Amino acid sequence: MTEMVYGSVPVRNAEPVLPKWWRTIDRWSMSCILMLFGIGLLLGFAASPPLASKNGLAPFHYVERQAMFGGLALAAMFLTSMMSPLLVRRLAVIGFLVAFISLIGLPFFGTDFGKGAMRWYSLGFASVQPSEFLKPGFIVVAAWMLAAGQEINGPPGRLWSLMLAAAIVLLLAFQPDFGQAALILFGWGVMYFVAGAPMVLLVAIAGLVVLGGTFAYENSEHFARRIDGFLTPEVDPRTQLGYATNAIQEGGFFGVGVGGGEVKWSLPDAHTDFIIAVAAEEYGLILVLCIIALYASVVVRSLLRLMRERDPFIRLAGTGLACMFGVQALINMGVAVRLLPAKGMTLPFVSYGGSSLIAGGIAVGMLLAFTRTRPQGEIGDILRGRIR
Amino acid sequence: MIRTPLRPLARVLEARAKGENPDAIERENLRLRHEEMRDRARSRAEGRLLVLGVLFVCAFTMVGARMGLLAASEPSEPRASAAGAEIEALRADIVDRQGRVLATNLETYSLYAQPPQMIDPEHAATELARIFPDLDRDRLIQDFTGTRKFLWIKRRLSPEQRQAVHDIGDPGLLFGPRDMRLYPNGRLAAHVLGGAGFGREGVHAAEVIGVAGVERQFDEQLRDPARASKPLELSLDLTIQAATEEVLLGGMRLLNAKGAAAVLMDVHTGEVISIASLPDFDPNDRPAPPTQGRPDDSPLFNRVVQGVYELGSTFKIFTVAQALELGMVTPDTIINTKSPMTWGRHRISDFRNYGPELTVSKVIEKSSNVGTARIAIEIGAERQRDFLGQLGLLETTKFEMVEARGGRPLLPPRWSELSTMTISYGHGISATPLHLAAAYATMVNGGTRVEPTLLKQDGPQFGARVISEKTSEQLRRMLRLTVSQGTASFGEVPGYAVGGKTGSADKPRIDGRGYETDKVLATFAATFPAHDPKYVLIVTLDEAVETSGSEPRRTAGWTAVPVAAEVIRRVAPLLGLRPEIEPAELTGITLTSN
Repeated sequence: MTEMVYGSVPVRNAEPVLPKWWRTIDRWSMSCILMLFGIGLLLGFAASPPLASKNGLAPFHYVERQAMFGGLALAAMFLTSMMSPLLVRRLAVIGFLVAFISLIGLPFFGTDFGKGAMRWYSLGFASVQPSEFLKPGFIVVAAWMLAAGQEINGPPGRLWSLMLAAAIVLLLAFQPDFGQAALILFGWGVMYFVAGAPMVLLVAIAGLVVLGGTFAYENSEHFARRIDGFLTPEVDPRTQLGYATNAIQEGGFFGVGVGGGEVKWSLPDAHTDFIIAVAAEEYGLILVLCIIALYASVVVRSLLRLMRERDPFIRLAGTGLACMFGVQALINMGVAVRLLPAKGMTLPFVSYGGSSLIAGGIAVGMLLAFTRTRPQGEIGDILRGRIR
Repeated sequence: MIRTPLRPLARVLEARAKGENPDAIERENLRLRHEEMRDRARSRAEGRLLVLGVLFVCAFTMVGARMGLLAASEPSEPRASAAGAEIEALRADIVDRQGRVLATNLETYSLYAQPPQMIDPEHAATELARIFPDLDRDRLIQDFTGTRKFLWIKRRLSPEQRQAVHDIGDPGLLFGPRDMRLYPNGRLAAHVLGGAGFGREGVHAAEVIGVAGVERQFDEQLRDPARASKPLELSLDLTIQAATEEVLLGGMRLLNAKGAAAVLMDVHTGEVISIASLPDFDPNDRPAPPTQGRPDDSPLFNRVVQGVYELGSTFKIFTVAQALELGMVTPDTIINTKSPMTWGRHRISDFRNYGPELTVSKVIEKSSNVGTARIAIEIGAERQRDFLGQLGLLETTKFEMVEARGGRPLLPPRWSELSTMTISYGHGISATPLHLAAAYATMVNGGTRVEPTLLKQDGPQFGARVISEKTSEQLRRMLRLTVSQGTASFGEVPGYAVGGKTGSADKPRIDGRGYETDKVLATFAATFPAHDPKYVLIVTLDEAVETSGSEPRRTAGWTAVPVAAEVIRRVAPLLGLRPEIEPAELTGITLTSN
């Protein structure tokens, strides 16, 4: 009563932020991310000097920038991972709205840097690609809608999120940026799958894809030639793909040695889309396998942790973020080894790129926030006899 | 199946009966349902997340395995070979009848640039402008520093130029192999060969396609990879072609002619041994088609195959041949040749007055228009046209050159009696020298139709019979007499018994109203040896004039005939014909045989 009247030292009945963060965070995934970032810097030393010398800058100009943006990205990641899922969701929705509006504004205020596609805002010291920030925001918003749709008497979240996805895909295709559009669509599909897409629908879609592909292959000469050209074992050595393949072969198992690589001089995108080729040439298969293992462990660990998650929103959002992260890495490396047709896609956290690095940091921070250990009402499982 | 009601109606009713608020019960029920649904969703999601995880592991493993495979394989320099995309650069050679090369391929290199790979564009541009004076340095710098990723610089390089470019040492300057069509004999047989250009072009190869002549006519055959090792054998003989062209060029210069044409043809096989048209060009550097002036004055114009001319008195032999064949006359029949002859409003006169009457043989020898016209009247329009048709003078030849289709004879719109008379001495009908050669071959080879051909033949053609052996024999004698004592006396070549018929046709005015008075197309249709003809030679000079006399002489006897005689003198030994020199008096020698 005295305390009620006079007040007293406020009691903090919650655990302090940092210890709680350290206790609940997925420390393995976080270490993987940090190692990936370190590898990115290491490869930047190898891959970016040719570009710097071409642009008349100091040899390690791009490495310095990478370190600076990387620092920002890591800060954003730590900060985000400390937030509660609720706060993450709120901030993400706001961020999504901002990114969405700036995406709409791109045709009017954006620049194309002479590359033919309107994707960037130029801020003088750096350029910002809104679609990079839009991706994690969209995942969170769509997960929110899907989860709300599952509630009894909830809104039709599935329909809303699908319409939102379609709108964004249209906007991106208009730029054109089919890679990002495909990623958005993929993210939504994965979340819908985990949220309980009916099996019949999945089978029907798979059947349609197979049928449509066969039909197109047999009836469209153009399409067939593209596929044949992709399947053909030979590749023109003068293309980026040819250089990348050659670099991987040159590297062999242990690489040609630090600084001994040649491919970075021939490939215009050596520091972004084909950084894996530089890694393979200079450090060999060992480093490449390490990188793959790091990505795989982040994705798989996150998915395994999300299996235990009871909250549908957190589960969906976490799944979407983890899968998008993994798929982006898969596509990038798949192109370099010619498992996939050529498509420009950066290797998250390893490739050079200011805004994509920061956006990646935020996305991974969200993922870490969602995969933190939380009480999941396991006592109920135990009572029901489902002990794990 | 036990259905669970959505709302706990029993409990709600009970609560209502007790007067309690049922909302709490409803909420409790909703919460329970929710919990249950979440549990269901979670267990389903667990399975699906596991599936996702496994899929990701598989995908990452695949990428890793692929990386391992690539890393384990040896680096090689792969060649581009997308299916159906390679350009066929092989092209068969063209050779003459003795197997000597007329057209072949030379491997050269083209030069192209990839500006993004250039190290020092300015230096490269400066050096290139020094090596190739026709390139502009500023323009090159602009190209190399702009946004272009690729540009051609030179289509063909000589080895020296290639080395010089190589010495610049810029990695952005690249060479692509180019098969170039080479005509090692230069201008020789230029019109026959035509020329070749590049079709589809790639970095690694370029298609060579024929643009004219046999290169165009046989383009598909030459490009057929299955036949690439088998050259195209023409009927031409390189040596004879060279001699023909040389003599013809000399004659053309000497006589101030603006053009000249010659064709030498085997009367039995139809093979064209040499075919020359002047002025000519170098097929290695084929000029562009003319944009002004008359197309038939262009060097590209093939006078033998494309040029349609009124060939004048050379046609008289056909009239006489038909009259002989029809039995209307014999070589000794007397014909009224009183000049001028009037027919309606028109007058036909001879070049000189040859007296009131001549024998048929003399009509040919002296080349009397009046005599031929009188014979033609007797023959009639219908029969004349049929006969010329049988000789192939009314349609295009089947000669194996694309240009031959352009050599369609010009015929009178209405074959009136007057037309019959003028056509009998070669006016009012126009044909190419090649037509004339084929028709003369029929006249002298024993009377069978021959199609001129450019491909080497194995044996004689057995065409349809047009005139009898006997008529042919009589015509040969007349042609021989024309040379030995008639208008073509300069055509005598010792030992080769040349026979032939001159033709000097006034050229039609360009505006189409009548004829020029001082421009003559002089033609000599020759055959040798006259007693057993093996070859026909047609020589045509355009606007030739002989000025050694007191007045300029333009008739074929003074212009085309001496040139043709010189050609025969040079060519006959090359053809393997033995001169038949009359043996000198064998005094004091007794021929014995044992």
